[in-house]
Amino acid sequence: MNVHKRVHSKDWVAEIAAIQLNQDQTAFAALFQHFAPRVKAFLMKSGADAALAEETTQEVMATLWTKAHLFDPTRASAATWIFTIARNRSIDAIRKQRRPEPEDLPWGPEAEPDQEESMALQQESNKLAQALSELPEKQRILVERAYFGDLSHSEIAAETGLPLGTIKSRIRLALERLRHAMK
Amino acid sequence: MSENVKHHLTDQLLMSYAAGTLPEAFSLVVATHISLCDDARARLHEFEAVGGAVLDETKEVELGEGALEATLRLISEKAKDPIKTERVSEGVFPTPLQQYVGGDVETVKWRRVGGGVKQAILKTSDDANVRLLYIPAGCEMPDHGHHGTEMTLVLQGAFEDEDGRFERGDIEVADEHLENTPIAADGEDCICLTATDAPLKFNSLLPRVAQKFLRI
Repeated sequence: MNVHKRVHSKDWVAEIAAIQLNQDQTAFAALFQHFAPRVKAFLMKSGADAALAEETTQEVMATLWTKAHLFDPTRASAATWIFTIARNRSIDAIRKQRRPEPEDLPWGPEAEPDQEESMALQQESNKLAQALSELPEKQRILVERAYFGDLSHSEIAAETGLPLGTIKSRIRLALERLRHAMK
Repeated sequence: MSENVKHHLTDQLLMSYAAGTLPEAFSLVVATHISLCDDARARLHEFEAVGGAVLDETKEVELGEGALEATLRLISEKAKDPIKTERVSEGVFPTPLQQYVGGDVETVKWRRVGGGVKQAILKTSDDANVRLLYIPAGCEMPDHGHHGTEMTLVLQGAFEDEDGRFERGDIEVADEHLENTPIAADGEDCICLTATDAPLKFNSLLPRVAQKFLRI
């Protein structure tokens, strides 16, 4: 029995649109309530102390507001988009490095995001989150740690006493399951 | 600017780039490679989606009092971000690399390192280093083994070594187990972007002395 059940499958697309179109503070407050405590936790697990994490979280959430018009729900879920903002802020503020980004694909003229495409992507994201929560715990923890970036694979190996090969193969197995869920 | 890429990045490195845990020098090579490879771009999106799922599943930490109000104040001081109009590079260097060089291939400040080979070190954080290498067609790179991880991306021309032929967009990742002797293929001179997290170790004396001066 998996106790790590997901209760929310809200996609937040409407809230981000409301910020973009109407500078809707109520929609922002709802997003803030859901994501800010997670972003802060994420930053602390990535090595920031509580004060820096708090400050960086506020910047991440403010960036969500100022970049709301750049969110494309046919390309990413809200969680994924906020993850990339948090990641970039943390590289900048915590690791003091620049983040080189790939150049964008040449898109056609900006069209309204296609509803169906957007829904398909959000559904896919739910399936992925579900698959992550259903991974065997040993695999799930390694995937999470790879994203928190607190330790490299070899440091995890030293800390857990697991051979590096075991860690790599667990992560590989986890990725295969997650990929399967996204298909 | 998609190329017909045959040598790809490992999942481990793409995942680390998506997670934001690579040294800046490696991130630059990865971002440049992704600009040239649709397969890597698609896999990057997958790994970012995993990052989103990890974020959404993270156990919450309480925020300080008045955090929402403080954030709204922050927002009122900020202007709306302009729509990104980052152009897609038509040149030899994709946009992320041009941002480090300050332009395309003609703006590189090359330094000669002997045998017609030239290099230009790009400024990044010092946990790893990245350089452009210019190898005349048909020339051999100094024979070297590796201490750490080394990533080489071809931007122009081609090189060949024990692992095959590498053309524009192809990436080779080597670690201490690989002893390679890349040779620039005949035809166009070869330009590579190469990052390493350890000084390269050359097997002959002269390059070893040169290493001290060249920071390679």
